[in-house]
Amino acid sequence: MRRIVLALLLSGTLAAPPARAGLFDDLGAKPGLTRITEGLMRRALADPRISATFADADLPRLHLLLAAHLCQVAGGPCKYPGRRMTEAHAGLHLRPRHMNALVEDLQDAMSDEGVPFATQNRLLARLVPFQQEVVQP
Amino acid sequence: MRIQLTVAPLIFGLFTFCLPCHAQGVVDSGRLRGTAGVAAIEGAAGGGIVPWAGIAGYGTADAVGGTAHATAIRLSDFKLGSAGFNAGLYDRVELSYARIALDTGRTGQGLGIGRGSTFRLDVYGAKLRLMGDVVYGPEWLPAVSAGVQYKVNDRGPILAALGARNSQGADFYVTATKLLLEHSVLLNGTIRLTRANQGGLLGFGGPNTDSWRPAFEASAAWLPSRTVALGAEVRTMPNALHTTRSSPWLDAFVAWFPTKNVSATLAYLDFGTVATRKHQQGVQISAQVGF
Repeated sequence: MRRIVLALLLSGTLAAPPARAGLFDDLGAKPGLTRITEGLMRRALADPRISATFADADLPRLHLLLAAHLCQVAGGPCKYPGRRMTEAHAGLHLRPRHMNALVEDLQDAMSDEGVPFATQNRLLARLVPFQQEVVQP
Repeated sequence: MRIQLTVAPLIFGLFTFCLPCHAQGVVDSGRLRGTAGVAAIEGAAGGGIVPWAGIAGYGTADAVGGTAHATAIRLSDFKLGSAGFNAGLYDRVELSYARIALDTGRTGQGLGIGRGSTFRLDVYGAKLRLMGDVVYGPEWLPAVSAGVQYKVNDRGPILAALGARNSQGADFYVTATKLLLEHSVLLNGTIRLTRANQGGLLGFGGPNTDSWRPAFEASAAWLPSRTVALGAEVRTMPNALHTTRSSPWLDAFVAWFPTKNVSATLAYLDFGTVATRKHQQGVQISAQVGF
């Protein structure tokens, strides 16, 4: 019996098409995401549309959280250790224009890393659901 | 291109008027590139021939936005021009105006309406976004908007001779639009209730029927980069006239958004039969400025 199961599992593994590299790998895995996060932070802090948002932020910690969040959302081996999105952004009075500005900064950061537009959009597809939690109604 | 000249001062006025807006934060151009769409021929934000659910311009929920456009279309036997502007209020309400001119050129003589007869159609539009968002929110929930377009044709006597009942009429439509980021594809579907013949260029209603008829419109676009959209549109075209038939309008387009303030569209069109003339194919070029 066990032999049959094993044989089935083996054949299943062999028959399965080669797994398509996940989004995490397409974004350059840990090193790529680290550089993307750095680029995003640099841009966001210099972006007059949203720089004031980070006035009271603990920047090294924010960097860490952002990297972990992007890594987890991209399907990487990370666990975002921060507070819930709603809680983390409470009191910042963020509006749709702020979210869009951050998205544009992230797009620029990914373009700098040579991430293709379609791959950028696959990451954004997983980030847009958070908009409702980040932006105040 | 007389109509473009008429609209040019209006466009200039719109921008001059709104120079102080930036300072006051009433204008934020805060939406993502491309989400202003391309003004459809009837003035609403959308694709080249089909309106979509997105609100005109780049203003977010806290701001106003708007665009102005000029479009030239050359078909086998006709020339079409459209120019107008639209305004988006707080990413919720859209107001638009466009003037479309159908120049029958030499063909007019053959149709018995005189050489160089031009039909002019003024389109006053309003659109309300009911729910959803083109980009944000769940992927299964598109932006859904409802709109009305009131159209006034300036060629009443000729339209009557063609068999149209009225030279004015309203279209009502509901439209749903979503950007599927996972696939970099934008989908849009519109249902329109209309009495218009050939969009209103040939009047409204006819000898046999004067009822509202449903028209189905759709567009799909692929976004290969942040500045380019490649797509196609289809729009069914009801017709109540006995003197001419009409066919669905089709187009395939490439739209270019080098910045949020400027866009240009090039399209191949197939309008089928227009005012008794079959196989009306051609090219559309369109330019848009906005904020």
